[in-house]
Amino acid sequence: MTGRILVFGWGNPSRGDDALGPLFVERIEALQLPGVDCLTDFQLQVEHALDLYGRDRILFVDASLEAAPPFAVERIAAAKDASFTTHAMTPQAVLQVYVELEDGDPPPTWLLAISGERYELGEGLGAAAQRNLEAALAWAADWLVAGQPD
Amino acid sequence: MSLELETAVHPENLRRVAIEPVSRVEGHGKVTLLLDENNKVHQVRLHIVEFRGFERFIQGRPYWEVPVMVQRLCGICPVSHHLAASKALDMILGAKLTPTAEKLRRLMHYGQILQSHALHFFHLASPDLLFGFGADVATRNVVGVIAAAPEVAKKGVLLRKYGQEVIRLTAGKRVHGTGTVPGGVNKSLSVAERDLLLKDIYQMVTWSREAVQIIKGLFAQNLAAYNAFGRFRSHSMSLIRADGAMDLYHGGLRARDMDGKTLFDHFDYARYWDVITEGVKSWSYMKFPFFKSLGEEAGWYRVGPLARVANCDFIPTPLADKERVEFLAYDGGSVAGATLGYHWARMIEMLHAAESIKDLLHDDDILGSDLMAKGERQERGVGVIEAPRGTLIHHYRVNEDDQVIRANLIVSTTHNNQPMNEAIRQVARQYLDGNEVTEGLLNHIEVAIRCFDPCLSCATHALGQMPLEVELVAADGTVASRLAKGSDGTFCR
Repeated sequence: MTGRILVFGWGNPSRGDDALGPLFVERIEALQLPGVDCLTDFQLQVEHALDLYGRDRILFVDASLEAAPPFAVERIAAAKDASFTTHAMTPQAVLQVYVELEDGDPPPTWLLAISGERYELGEGLGAAAQRNLEAALAWAADWLVAGQPD
Repeated sequence: MSLELETAVHPENLRRVAIEPVSRVEGHGKVTLLLDENNKVHQVRLHIVEFRGFERFIQGRPYWEVPVMVQRLCGICPVSHHLAASKALDMILGAKLTPTAEKLRRLMHYGQILQSHALHFFHLASPDLLFGFGADVATRNVVGVIAAAPEVAKKGVLLRKYGQEVIRLTAGKRVHGTGTVPGGVNKSLSVAERDLLLKDIYQMVTWSREAVQIIKGLFAQNLAAYNAFGRFRSHSMSLIRADGAMDLYHGGLRARDMDGKTLFDHFDYARYWDVITEGVKSWSYMKFPFFKSLGEEAGWYRVGPLARVANCDFIPTPLADKERVEFLAYDGGSVAGATLGYHWARMIEMLHAAESIKDLLHDDDILGSDLMAKGERQERGVGVIEAPRGTLIHHYRVNEDDQVIRANLIVSTTHNNQPMNEAIRQVARQYLDGNEVTEGLLNHIEVAIRCFDPCLSCATHALGQMPLEVELVAADGTVASRLAKGSDGTFCR
């Protein structure tokens, strides 16, 4: 049974604050919320468009160098870009793949960008990132239960 | 085997062009070119920051953690590191795998080959091949492929998804799987899991055959251009089965020179350092492997699909072998030496992977319960597999307290360091000499690099990363022109 809400975080758990996405998903998954599916991966790729099928809402979660602490949330839309040149696609490009494959709009999607600073191999999560993670989780508790923010 | 264009005689009088994808970690796949006042190319170098810190990341850890830990070295091919590490640690344990364990590992590996090759061909390379190397960047991307050829693109997505499902079911999870452990595997497939994969495998074989026809058709339409693009002569190396068959999971090392003459064959990879060593150059963080017997300047070689398909005596699945024979004979054998021939060879391997998955799914050993083996404990272990991008070497020493005290990894992209440099030098000669740098010309360089499917950036990223920047710097240091690609793929001057 596919959950109506998908929480999808990405990043490398062994690269410092890049673990924010997977850790966020791990914590949400532990709550065992009904109707909420949780997925993680190292990075986004084309096949992840197939994970979006049949969802009411989607929350993408990633670490971000650019987001002001503790986190930033925005509604995102499908967009064509050239992220094919790497092995990691942008979330907007994944939504666009969905549009092209389905010939229809993807589910409403938000991007939660949690502020991170350090990304070296072998590092753990930094103290600031840990605080940002907790703040993001607090926000998500409302979002997942209450409905859609503007 | 010349190193022409590696180092300019008088670099001080030349303009410098840098193509620099700035990424936060492995990042820095950077191309630099030195041009004179007439835009004639005098020097071309590809610099790639290696996976620095890999060995340090592993040292001191208990050996049984390593197959899981190493998956975090690379987000592109975690399964390759998982399997190569497990093979090395099998040797530490002195374990000879049970049939169930070996077949499940092979299944996982072929799943990875399938998904990796599908992604590369349908979504990373096909935009260049379908729309042209210098086509409008707005269409030269995966979305453009889907719009122009939706059925082809969708098959690529579903092939990739199927390979990921094979990995999920054999590794236990979509990512960070724990399926293989030193001495064996920790789970077999259930009948239900086997049947789930069986349901779609024939479709995957069919689509893989179609993919071979697509690249074959593209070669037929563009034979002269494809054959000439970034072409260079090279030695090659790959694993080979005892009977000469292609074997991507296990075998001995076979090396051939650029004329096809065998340099060494069925060499025990547990002593790879007897035949391979690595050189260093001051301008690159990444090492330059070469065959010891030929020396650093003449001994570099290529690995990966093109080397593997050309090196083996046969492919042990019928459809792929038929394609191998045609590939090697095509246009008098010219394609097997073409840099773009990597794409064709890659699709032959994808077909081989699909056929191999089919065969394994019909083998009841994958449902078995004899998962682990033990033997006489050793201090040193070497594991080698043919990863999607080429030969991957993991080498560990473990002390009496079961801690890893030394680790050495030679990844596929490192083997291909010099070949990638050769390819872009050829492209620079062919396309850049005398021309102003444009996005389309820049992409020609990337097309050449992309043939090798290198691991330039992978395991980590964050929003806003992966720009690409090119600067033309005059001899006096001033920036003559600049071209930048943003994280959303847009270009600006």
